[in-house]
Amino acid sequence: MEQKKVVMDAEGINRSLTRIASEILEKNKGGEELVLVGIRTGGVFLAERLKRKISGIEGKDIPFGILDITLYRDDLSTSHRKPRLGKTDIPFSLEGRKVVLVDDVLFTGRTIRAAMDALIDFGRPKSIQLAVLIDRGHRELPIRADFVGKNLPSSLWQAVSVNLTEKDGKDEVVIENNI
Amino acid sequence: MKLSRKDILGIKELSVEEITLILDTADSFLEVSTREIKKVPTLRGKSVINLFYEASTRTRTSFEIAAKRLSADTINISASTSSVVKGETLIDTAKNIEAMNPDLIVIRHSAAGAPHMLASLLRQSIINAGDGAHEHPTQALLDMMTIRSRKGRIAGLKAAIIGDIAHSRVARSNIHGLTKMGAHVVVSGPATMLPREIETLGVTACTRIDEAIKDADIIMMLRIQTEREKQNVFPSLREYAQYFSLNRKNIALAREDCIVMHPGPMNRGVEISPEIADGPHSVILDQVTNGVAVRMALLYLLTGGNS
Repeated sequence: MEQKKVVMDAEGINRSLTRIASEILEKNKGGEELVLVGIRTGGVFLAERLKRKISGIEGKDIPFGILDITLYRDDLSTSHRKPRLGKTDIPFSLEGRKVVLVDDVLFTGRTIRAAMDALIDFGRPKSIQLAVLIDRGHRELPIRADFVGKNLPSSLWQAVSVNLTEKDGKDEVVIENNI
Repeated sequence: MKLSRKDILGIKELSVEEITLILDTADSFLEVSTREIKKVPTLRGKSVINLFYEASTRTRTSFEIAAKRLSADTINISASTSSVVKGETLIDTAKNIEAMNPDLIVIRHSAAGAPHMLASLLRQSIINAGDGAHEHPTQALLDMMTIRSRKGRIAGLKAAIIGDIAHSRVARSNIHGLTKMGAHVVVSGPATMLPREIETLGVTACTRIDEAIKDADIIMMLRIQTEREKQNVFPSLREYAQYFSLNRKNIALAREDCIVMHPGPMNRGVEISPEIADGPHSVILDQVTNGVAVRMALLYLLTGGNS
């Protein structure tokens, strides 16, 4: 079996994001009260791109924040290695806002659980929606995405990585056998 | 990258990489204290004991706030209201605390090496919050964090540390930290307050304040510690102020964009004049704010995880 397979290229990623941007606006009936929050690290760049697309369609700026979920993880007291803490930057209140959380890959759902707990500490949002580029299945919590770029059935021993120009120099989604 | 040590006892044993990791982590923690809900669940179920054998407001409060913002439980023990007054030894007190199974102990003691002794006896992580005239690592870390955020770097800057260098644990920790991070450190104070071999630590010593603060990027004023200076090391506070205080006149010798620091509590009118303490160069209250973030970073990096 092939070790490494590209399942989405730069054009595919761009088309998915364009569709997600339209879906977000359709579902929320415009950009009113809308804010985008990207989860570090991959989600931040995707959220930035979505913000540009949505702002372009709506003709006005959509607020955008960055969330680091490290302090809300559920494995901190059991794992010995401490994940490196990144900066959270949500320079506005989420009170009454429609928040769209953005991440690259939806897997167990534990990151999203942590992210929702974190968001609530910034005020009581009107709603929280979830946009992901890849849904690879294997949920361990009752969480689903509202906007999905691509459903990618995968095995637990496979690794799915979303490479983005901003951090990896190239746009592509890769699935690898991790044996 | 991780902090692979059980205790934080001094800056001397930390590597540049470890200091950088602590400062980067502290930078990220700064944001938590600006939220409306200043609490994250990270250290839920952990307990931190603040064991203070010396008077402290700032450091003890800072550690307590740091632990509470991370959702840890804190217990404060000060020597004056504990069984220490009944004659219990430090080792017995520590063994009893250990038997109650806390996760981390913060200790301040007038004897240099007290935290090191606890670290070798107890399985808990120990943070030194000041031991005699030896080290005060969290103060040096918050000072370096403040310098980095104001100046963007530490390497290549000139730092002047003025005052009672001999009795100051703040000076010692900062000398270790700042020289490791590549700053040029100059110390100054009355000859009776400058240890004879101080230059072996990689600093320049001078007996006139003007020489030390000339072209300095950072001026760190130390408190005259009347509780530690048992014999007379200078004739009077007034004379000290005349020769070694930072004031409007001599600050003009430093770089125009210099920052003025003080670990607190200040003796206004002795080592620092009020118009400098409250003036545009002062970052003294930034130091206090950053102190909470540095202590959150250390609690985060040291606790949790069974290997």
